[in-house]
Amino acid sequence: MSKLNANIPDGSLADKWTKHKAKIPLVSPANKRQIDVIVVGTGLAGSSAAASLAELGYNVKAFCFQDSPRRAHSIAAQGGINAAKNYQNDGDSTYRLFYDTIKGGDYRSREANVHRLAEVSASIIDQCVAQGVPFAREYGGLLDNRSFGGVQVSRTFYAKGQTGQQLLLGAYSALSRQVAKGRVELLSRHEMVELVKVDGKARGIIARNLVTGELERHSAHAVLLCTGGYGNVFYLSTNAMGSNVTAAWKAHRKGAYMANPCFTQIHPTCIPVSGDSQSKLTLMSESLRNDGRIWVPKNSEDAAAIRNGNLKPTELTEENRDYYLERRYPAFGNLVPRDVASRAAKERCDAGYGVNKTGEAVYLDFSSAIQRFGAEAALVQGVKNPNDDEIRKLGEKVVESKYGNLFQMYEKITAQNPYKTPMMIYPAVHYTMGGIWVDYNLMTTVPGLFALGEANFSDHGANRLGASALMQGLADGYFVAPYTVGTYLSEDITTGKISTNSPEFEEAENISRKRMEGFLNNKGSIPIEVFHRELGKIMWSQCGMARNAKDLKKGIADIRLLRDKFYADVKVPGKMNEMNPELDKAGRVADFLELGELMCIDALTREESCGGHFREEFQSKEGEAVRKDDEFAFVAAWEFAESDPGKSKLHKEELSFQDVKLNTRSYK
Amino acid sequence: MKFTINVWRQSGPKEKGGIATYKVNNISDDMSFLEMIDVLNEQLIIQDIEPVVFDHDCREGICGMCSMFINGEAHGPGRGVTTCQLHMREFQDGDTITIEPFRAKAFPIIKDLMVDRSAFDRIIQAGGYVSVNTSGNLPDANATPIEKQDADAAFDAATCIGCGACVATCKNASAMLFTSAKVSQLSLLPQGKIEASERVLNMVKQMDLEGFGNCTNTGACEVECPKGISIENIARMNRDYISASLSSK
Amino acid sequence: MALTGLFLCSFLVVHLIGNLPLLSGDKEAFNGYAHFMTTFPLIKIVSYLLYGSIVLHSIDGILLTRKNKAARETDYVKYNGKANASWSSRNMAILGTLTLVFLIIHMKSFWYEMHFGSVPTYISEEGVELKDLYTITVAAFQELWYALFYVISMMGLGFHLWHGFASSFQTLGLSHSKYTPIIEIFGKSFSVIVSLAFASIPIYLLLS
Repeated sequence: MSKLNANIPDGSLADKWTKHKAKIPLVSPANKRQIDVIVVGTGLAGSSAAASLAELGYNVKAFCFQDSPRRAHSIAAQGGINAAKNYQNDGDSTYRLFYDTIKGGDYRSREANVHRLAEVSASIIDQCVAQGVPFAREYGGLLDNRSFGGVQVSRTFYAKGQTGQQLLLGAYSALSRQVAKGRVELLSRHEMVELVKVDGKARGIIARNLVTGELERHSAHAVLLCTGGYGNVFYLSTNAMGSNVTAAWKAHRKGAYMANPCFTQIHPTCIPVSGDSQSKLTLMSESLRNDGRIWVPKNSEDAAAIRNGNLKPTELTEENRDYYLERRYPAFGNLVPRDVASRAAKERCDAGYGVNKTGEAVYLDFSSAIQRFGAEAALVQGVKNPNDDEIRKLGEKVVESKYGNLFQMYEKITAQNPYKTPMMIYPAVHYTMGGIWVDYNLMTTVPGLFALGEANFSDHGANRLGASALMQGLADGYFVAPYTVGTYLSEDITTGKISTNSPEFEEAENISRKRMEGFLNNKGSIPIEVFHRELGKIMWSQCGMARNAKDLKKGIADIRLLRDKFYADVKVPGKMNEMNPELDKAGRVADFLELGELMCIDALTREESCGGHFREEFQSKEGEAVRKDDEFAFVAAWEFAESDPGKSKLHKEELSFQDVKLNTRSYK
Repeated sequence: MKFTINVWRQSGPKEKGGIATYKVNNISDDMSFLEMIDVLNEQLIIQDIEPVVFDHDCREGICGMCSMFINGEAHGPGRGVTTCQLHMREFQDGDTITIEPFRAKAFPIIKDLMVDRSAFDRIIQAGGYVSVNTSGNLPDANATPIEKQDADAAFDAATCIGCGACVATCKNASAMLFTSAKVSQLSLLPQGKIEASERVLNMVKQMDLEGFGNCTNTGACEVECPKGISIENIARMNRDYISASLSSK
Repeated sequence: MALTGLFLCSFLVVHLIGNLPLLSGDKEAFNGYAHFMTTFPLIKIVSYLLYGSIVLHSIDGILLTRKNKAARETDYVKYNGKANASWSSRNMAILGTLTLVFLIIHMKSFWYEMHFGSVPTYISEEGVELKDLYTITVAAFQELWYALFYVISMMGLGFHLWHGFASSFQTLGLSHSKYTPIIEIFGKSFSVIVSLAFASIPIYLLLS
């Protein structure tokens, strides 16, 4: 196992970024015009990076598989974006944001990167406001803030429940402006299917034009992967249908290490799976846990009766309900962090107390809140001796004013009225903290290949705090990459245009073509979707919310079997040179089938519990996570080897913490 | 539930298209409309028929990619929903459902139900932005207070997801609601006001170049818009356009 | 479209007031009005504006309809227009065409006759030589089919205005959460009153 160099600048934590920026070599405007940059993905990180690099003068090509950059899944983020502005005068600071993020990540992220993130966070808000992002405002005309889980200050900026949308559209506007100027060439409906390396450096990509089916060669002096997370390895997740690991995985196969791939965030409040044909899970904002109480029936017979439809949840009396979070975590109750809440729900359902048809749902009940709010409202409004009905009506009104849009969304999907009957929720895969290993400059182990946003591993450790994903995507794209990518490119000013006629491009294109032809000529009989669904089941049950060595080993074996079966039996309709979404899906599922194995291997190797990674063997008597800082305070960076994810080689980046003291999280 | 699906099949932009009829069984009422199409497609693959091509991505009503014209309405019979948020319980068991692509000259069909909406991107490129570069030295975000009413109205306009339902549903295939939503959002904010005149002229010009029809104020777009964007934005854009035309040099 | 439309609306009001004597059987007033409208110099200028507006409104309408038809080359197999827009808003071109056809026939019958035809003249009580358009008008509406054509056309005009009036304000950018509902109510009332009032003339003359 070799040691990795993260290229962290010297100096005190607070000065590193400023000093680093001051010292980096610059590229003159005339030379920038000679340099090409490829940006893959147009979410927050991709759009902002492409726009910013184009503004600086580089020739940028931006790729997205969707029909427009504006569709990238950053758009679905609801809650908000953190920034250490301290507008509320509640004691926030760069250091506090840094500290909260390190702690929230259960001490498995890199100090220097996280501090830089906190430093640039304030500029993000200035930038977005200048672009015309309509953040929520107070009556005085100033920006409003809300608070989020895991912190004690209000530092989250938001635009109702559509913050991601507004930020992405801001970045998309900036990108569009550069497209109009001819500084960015936009290649939508294009998917990166191979990375091209020349003399060890990333020099281009092979992209499939998804409309014509043609394979295209694109060269550049640097390639930025802004391709998001890989949660869809679980098949069901809150990710978009098209979200995939292919670009990252191709880079991984070409020498970019994958870091901490097993770190997955499972969000506790999603709408449960309703049937076998479900394709997607929908998140309900975690703010609901402020007023909702989570419970399952105390007796498994009642749970069974509810599942069969013979009993209604509202008919169950208080003493027959198990408010398990309040029981297990009296101090934090329903407001424990995401990973803890998720695991507790799984534990109850596995024990047979689940409340929907599939047995995988718990209740999120607002009846207490409705009673409480109703009684309060009656008092305030001077209603004398209100009856139950009046209290209920008043209470529902208050709940509606706080969570109306979420309740409406829930009702649209489930056709149940959450004011009258408790909501059903279940945890779902939401975000992947792991990703491509990058150094301080966001460069991967392949020179000239960078990874930004959720695609890299750097800032969230083993658990991400709410409203931090948007912050990281924009920080990387607007304020980090333009400097650090420029540093790398300063050595390329005399290189000249990279030819796409080199044997390296030829070879990469041939590999891609052969892979696709292999799928199309396969004489299988099973649709791709079946394999993806099966992989998802394996990942969810063996490498999901709670993991153990036995299951992980079984998971690895199951995935390998499934992968063999996939290549033997998969049926891919259509042809190569045409629009063929099934062929695209086949490539993505093939990559997920390799990634899944690596995730299990990583989870098996990490013999501790931290953040979203919970190993059943490493828990306290009370069932809480036990971290092992002496052995596992490192980033596990995996090198692809011998064309087999099972033979991946582990490299460690030891994490040293100078500015924070490692503590155990407790919510009892 | 069982359905008879009449779906538009067209193998390419220049090819002749037509309605094909398929049957689907075992559809649960909890399924979303797109999940019903997934079931249909899996069935078609097994029968060696090419699956129906359609655009979709987030499946939670925010990316704006899904775009089906169902039983004569953009995104089907529901209100305030995209195709992916439409559920099969909105239909009766045994119904015949007709599915077509969003039709407009400016949205050429790529294949089956998938259309090319890059015209929308080009409208935004014509001016749907504030001309400010990335910089760590911009005025503080709170330097310019914005009246809450304006900020909220700008937000409401900014919630447009660019799905094209307004164009699809408009009998004139007009893109006024889409264009006006962006024009309004930016002209309501002090940051966007500075180049508001130029913006509205350029964006409207691009909209016309793309071949969209003109607005005759039927209001259908507002009804079918999954995000409830108001046609007040169209009036605001008309106002801005008239004053920009009169005052431009 | 909006400007010419609104101008034509204002003409409708003037025209209606001028025609009211037909309902009271006031031959003198009506013929006096007709005489005034054809001879007063200022009215001449305004009338050219009016003819211009009609022509512009029509040409504009034709161009608009052509452009809008071209914006969707292939029609939907199934299009549920009534689900989201009023019937009149979806049929402005047909309603407009009907109104234009009516206008041509109407002008041939009365305007052309008045200007270039052989309308009998008489000396009024005030000693002015007037063309007796009144008698011609009353005679024309004794024909059932002719009166019916007028009534149907006025219904068409009514529906055209039902959408057109408020729509003009929207096109001009005059939208306001407080005032727009008032404009809409006014527009709808206007369309009903004007079309009913005009239609009542042939009905009255036919029955009387």
